[in-house]
Amino acid sequence: MGRITLDKVRKAFGEVEVIPPLDLTIEDGEFVVFVGPSGCGKSTLLRLIAGLEDVSGGQIRIDGQDATMVPPAKRGLAMVFQSYALYPHMSVRKNIAFPLRMAKLDPAEQNRRVEAAAEVLNLTDYLDRRPGQLSGGQRQRVAIGRAIVREPAAFLFDEPLSNLDAALRVGMRLEISELHKRLKTTMIYVTHDQVEAMTMADKIVVLRAGHIEQVGSPLELYREPRNTFVAGFIGSPKMNLLEGAEAEKRGATTVGIRPEHITPSATEGQWKGRVGVAEHLGSDTFFHVHVDGWPEPITVRAGGEVDMNHGDTIYLTPDEERMHRFDAQGLRIA
Amino acid sequence: MARAVTTQRKAINTTIAWAIGLLIFFPILWTILTSFKTEGEAVANPPVFLFFDWTLENYAVVQERSNYMRFLWNSIIIAGGSTLLGILVAVPAAWSMAFVPSKRTKDILLWMLSTKMLPAVGVLYPIYLLCIELGVLDSRAALVVILMLINLPIIVWMLYTYFREIPGEILEAARMDGAGLKEELLYILTPMAVPGIASTLLLNFILAWNEAFWTLNLTAVDAAPLTAFIASYSSPEGLFFAKLSAASTMAIAPILILGWFSQKQLVRGLTFGAVK
Repeated sequence: MGRITLDKVRKAFGEVEVIPPLDLTIEDGEFVVFVGPSGCGKSTLLRLIAGLEDVSGGQIRIDGQDATMVPPAKRGLAMVFQSYALYPHMSVRKNIAFPLRMAKLDPAEQNRRVEAAAEVLNLTDYLDRRPGQLSGGQRQRVAIGRAIVREPAAFLFDEPLSNLDAALRVGMRLEISELHKRLKTTMIYVTHDQVEAMTMADKIVVLRAGHIEQVGSPLELYREPRNTFVAGFIGSPKMNLLEGAEAEKRGATTVGIRPEHITPSATEGQWKGRVGVAEHLGSDTFFHVHVDGWPEPITVRAGGEVDMNHGDTIYLTPDEERMHRFDAQGLRIA
Repeated sequence: MARAVTTQRKAINTTIAWAIGLLIFFPILWTILTSFKTEGEAVANPPVFLFFDWTLENYAVVQERSNYMRFLWNSIIIAGGSTLLGILVAVPAAWSMAFVPSKRTKDILLWMLSTKMLPAVGVLYPIYLLCIELGVLDSRAALVVILMLINLPIIVWMLYTYFREIPGEILEAARMDGAGLKEELLYILTPMAVPGIASTLLLNFILAWNEAFWTLNLTAVDAAPLTAFIASYSSPEGLFFAKLSAASTMAIAPILILGWFSQKQLVRGLTFGAVK
């Protein structure tokens, strides 16, 4: 079981309040991603749940039990760190067995669980090596192995993939998602990468300056961002946010349209502009278009192999159904 | 990128380094050589360097006149005891300053170091009187404690530097894995800091071994270590350079051998954290 409830949890470092009182419930078995720009308090929030930082107020409950004052070792949670935080003087086997050794488990049982975890994570051949002799991806697997052998109530991941190169990151992302499907254990995952958030999460928590901006499934956030911050943060490339005449015409202060909801054409359309940069990815093409009279270029996604280049005239037609409207406070107008 | 160094320049640098090294080592070499001369040759003018009648007579006389083993044993007890005691006090102190620093940590560290700037003779009188009052003058126990206190700032500073090099996330991982403070110190911190602790032990053993001011002033017979053994040969009855040299050689030999075998460890320890 791993249901985690945060009740008016707040954190201040001296005079500075990094997390104002915050409520959040994470259901058992859920994959929850905390996402936000750097400095938004997402890692601090994770460390509060882990018990590595003391809360300045409020209550943390794990499976209904008050865990606010419980030391990290006794919370039954496992954590995977950004730097992997492996013990450099121990072999992979000893690293993975360490939490079991601390729990004073029978050595035969320790060994059985280590071998099983190594099997799952493809580490069997590396059990007698030291962390220093492993690649980044393998080290990350050892860190995950150390977390899974304990059979914790929940896994906490603190930007676990940010030290890996792009290709490995995609692979590990899938592995962690598969692990979640198999173990069905609660996972809380911190990242600043919205692609990781969208691809892995059951539930995304978008944070800014310690505040929860929105909580929802990836597609909920994509379809109905509650404010301009979430609108701009979720989705890649970013949603185009327009102010002025275009917004007023639709009865809003700001309107947003995603690059994939604009249809480009060489001959006719609602807006006329000129292609600035054209990014041809093969599967997709992204045009940065300077529309006449607008201060900022807007991004448009077209299908692959569209033959338009820098300087060409382009016509754009937004899908009015997918247009997002926001008021003067930046909040969504229903 | 590495700077290109010409062969010629390398040769010049090597020569200079060797010259400085030899200059520093020369007095020790001269002491060792003199210990094998007769008293006459020891004061000969012009001095003889290598071509004299090598003799072991001085060593025999020194051995006959004083009990070398007793001084050696005192030195080992005092240097070893003060170093071990120092480590026991310094490990928790350095741990708390490195991993749970407060606003005052830097001040405390500097204040501790500042005690090393005080001339030792400035506190000789109170400490001497204290030793008399407590009835511990000329006792090994008193010297163990005093030398421990004298070297403590250095031990704490060195360990603090090593501990700071250990990433905090590793200790946090251990905490998440269920390690309490005791397990954290025992299974994670200490094994990771072994090279640092070893070179700290070594350096402090050497410092304590060579400590002369306190050992000479606070001992007479019972607790006298090798420093007192050497000093006893610079006697008012006239200087016997060859015998003094033999005594000196016998006193420095153990530490010289220890230093030789552990030089790698020492250099690594002293430059730890400087390059990464």
